[in-house]
This record gives sequence, C-alpha cells and structure tokens, in this order.
Amino acid sequence: MTTSAQGDMTRSEFKKNWGVLSALVSKDFKRKYRRSVLGIVWSILNPLLMMIIMSAVFSYMFKFNIEHFPLYVILGNILFGFMSTATCTAMTSIVDSSSLIKKIRIEKAIFPVEKVIFALLNFGFSLIAAVCVMIYLQVFPSWQVLLLPVLVLFVTLFSMGLGLLISALGVFFRDVFHLWEVLITAWTYATPLFYPMDLLEPWMQQIMQFNPMYHYVAYFRDIMMYGVLPSGMEHLICLGMAVVTFLVGLLVFRKTEKKFILYV
Amino acid sequence: MAEDLQKSETWVEKDPGATSDEAVIVFDHVDMIFNIASEQLNNLKEYFIKLVRRELFFEEFKALKDVSFTIHRGEVYGVVGSNGSGKSTLLKLVAGVLEPSNGSVTVNGTIAPIIELGAGFDFELTARENVYLNGALLGYSKQFINENYERIIDFAEIRDFQDMPIKNYSSGMVARIAFAIATVTTPDILVVDEALSVGDFRFQEKCENRIKELVAHGTTLLFVSHSIEQVERVCERALWIEKGVARMQGPVLEVCEAYRQGI
Repeated sequence: MTTSAQGDMTRSEFKKNWGVLSALVSKDFKRKYRRSVLGIVWSILNPLLMMIIMSAVFSYMFKFNIEHFPLYVILGNILFGFMSTATCTAMTSIVDSSSLIKKIRIEKAIFPVEKVIFALLNFGFSLIAAVCVMIYLQVFPSWQVLLLPVLVLFVTLFSMGLGLLISALGVFFRDVFHLWEVLITAWTYATPLFYPMDLLEPWMQQIMQFNPMYHYVAYFRDIMMYGVLPSGMEHLICLGMAVVTFLVGLLVFRKTEKKFILYV
Repeated sequence: MAEDLQKSETWVEKDPGATSDEAVIVFDHVDMIFNIASEQLNNLKEYFIKLVRRELFFEEFKALKDVSFTIHRGEVYGVVGSNGSGKSTLLKLVAGVLEPSNGSVTVNGTIAPIIELGAGFDFELTARENVYLNGALLGYSKQFINENYERIIDFAEIRDFQDMPIKNYSSGMVARIAFAIATVTTPDILVVDEALSVGDFRFQEKCENRIKELVAHGTTLLFVSHSIEQVERVCERALWIEKGVARMQGPVLEVCEAYRQGI
C-alpha cells in the first residue's frame, strides 16, 4: 500500500481512529445500560453491594484487624475490578470484531484499547461508590488524593499492555481465553484485596513484591485512606511495571497484527 | 462475430472527464500465499505437536498466482470466477486488509466498502446509533454524518423506524442502511460484492441507480459477482480468475463468453 503525504496521512488517520474509538465507547455504553431501570446507577450500586457482602463475610469469618474494613475492601475491589474487566473484555475484542477486520482497513489496536477505556469509565463510576463509603465512615483523604490521576494512568497503561498482549495471542491460540479467566481468579486471591498483607508469611510477602496489582492497590489505599505519600521508589516500581507491560503488549501486538486476518 | 460481442447499450452515461487513464488500482505480479498447515491450528497442543514433528510452515496454498491488472479512474470493472477462485482474496488485497506475499498492490484513492450485515452494526442499537457507528468505522466525521443523516435515512427508507433497535429489522433493511452510508459520499472506489443481493427488487434498482450516479461522477466501480448476467450488464471490462490464476482480462462480453465456455 502506498501512501502519498505521510504527515497529512497520520493526522487524518489519528482523527479517524479517534472517531472510531469514541463511537465504540458510546456503543458499549448504550449497550450496557439500555433497558435497565436503574441504568448507570448500577455501576455505583454494584461495587457497593459487593463490598457489603465481602466485608460481612470476611469480617465474620476471619476477624481481620483492619481499620475501616469496608473501605479497605472496596478500594481494592474496584481497582482490581478495573484491571480484570479491562483485560477480560480486551482479550476477545479482536476475535469479536473479525468481520470488520476482514472487510476494512482499520487500526486494530483500537479494539482492545477501547475496551480498556470503557472499563476505565466504569471505574470512574465505581469511584463514586468509594466516595460514598468514605463519607459514611468519615474517612477523608488529604492532599495525596491529588495523585489519583497518576495511579489511574499507571493502571490504565498496565491494563492496556496486558489487553494488547492477550488479545493478540488469543487470535492464534484460543486457549488463552480460558487460561486468562483462571489466572484472573488466582490473581484475585493472590492480591491482598480483602486480607491484610501482614497475614502472609515473610516469604510470601517477598513474592508479593512482584505482583503489580499489589503495588497499585497499596498505592490506592495509601492516597485514599491512609493519607500517606507513596515513596519515590514505589512510584518508580509502579511506573516501571506499567511501562514495561505496555511496551511488551504493544510490541507483540504490532509484530502479529498483520497475521490476524488469517486466523480470526 | 466481433459484432455480436458489442454491448447493445451502455449501462451508464458518464460525465465528460469522469474517466481518465489514471490508474486507480494496480496489481503487479501479485502472489498470495497462505500457509494452510499453521492456519488449522487452534490450540497450543496442536501447535507443539506440529512443532515437534517439524510439520509447521510447510503446506502452502497459493490463493493468487502472478495476477496483474490495472483499473483506471471511472472504469466499471468486473471480476468473475467460480467459488474459491480467489475473488475474495483479491477484494481483501484491494481493501488493504491483506498484504500480498509477492508483488505489489497500489490503490490510489478512498475506498467505500459496503460493510455487510452484522459487521459494522450492533443489533442492540437503533438505526440512528448504527448510522453513526458505521459512519465512524468508514472514517466519516461526526459533523459529516450530522449533515448527511437525513439523506442516509431517506435513501434507506427507514424514517419511521430510525429509533428502533435493528435486531427488529429485516436483513434487507439493514443492507439498505449499509448501502446508504457507504454511498453518501462520492468515494474514489466503490467495491460492490454479494452484499447487495439481499435487498428487494425495487431497492436493488435504486442502488443500481445510485451506483450509476457515482460512476457518472468519476467513481471507479469494482464489481464482484457470481452472476455473469449482472456483470455483463453493468461492467465495461472484466477479469476472469480461476484457481488463483488470471485466465483472461479485457472487454466484459469477451471475458464472460470465455468464462461460460470454460466452465
């Protein structure tokens, strides 16, 4: 394929891609909330109900000594939920849009990226739920909460990287779809979402350092409920994990995307 | 004999200047090779078994073999061939979704594919929402769709149903929307394949008239169909491909005659 004016092309390409991206997000949005009475309220209600169930179950069964346990649970849950929804929906996005990919020339990365952005949007709504809990428990964050956009950027990059990676691999090996569901479940339990970190053996805590979601959830709680500024080292770890994952995902996607059409 | 092969009437009267020698689509010694062996693999187990047995990357299938042709601006060009002859592969190369294994494909200008049922549509959404979605996929700006929305709805004749989810539509209605969106601009190249055959007789006629209008204004039409009669009636020149080989190209009546004899 020859392109004439390269610079001009990229600019109009970008505009077109942006148009496709926003059209797909609005499509998903309409699909999700159409014909439900409460509509968008569900995005706020859902994490609240989950939190009530989990904090009821776990505070009854394990008696963890965690201050403001419901808030501890909901913060972990919504952030982890963002990553898991983003990656699970991004994963099948290429295969699901096979009929389009076969027919028109389109930037394929749009599909997984769009799913991550849609999950991000829903994360925004569930933040409202977290704020409700904070008001209820009278926990008010201080200025550290201003770092929230930084954290959101990290987790979004991280999820995009994973989404790009598994959506590309899933085209060639559908096993990935089944495997990822299992992995996400394992990952949910391997991240201190509803139990305290110090419950774990020291060696487990060591391993936990390699779990990116542990770092992101800890960062989230630090700025939202503890009023602690994460250290510079912590920032570097969070940024590094996000950037490396993103680059690996993008690289694998770019290397394989030309072959998608033969397998979808 | 040569007289018989003359077309009795021209399908469309073109504007002066609508045609030119400028090449719009050029296929230059194009080979398209698929690796069947690795395409049948759908899971890791099979992959590793094949990898161990060193069976990977061997079986080749040539969907197109050394195909060369040129389509000029404003031409109405037909492609005929039996099932599995490589027509769809050829269209995918034109659309730019496939890249040739050897040789080169050059396309100058914007392509309007008619996105078939199901592809660029979401059945839960209304016709109105689908027009915007489909338009965005074709690269139209939101403003452009706003300006042309009424024309699209009128052409598709769905005014009374525009706010109804399209899962309640008939397949013909969806095809009408798809066609209306793809042809709301004057694209440089219009690719028409079997997607159109779903509409009823009257709508097919309407589509044909719209295509004529576009062609009269300089759109290049690439027409792919099983129906030789349709190709004969519509096209000026044609290409016959069989088993990936370009058997013949030239004036449509000669090519179609040869195709009839050949099968």
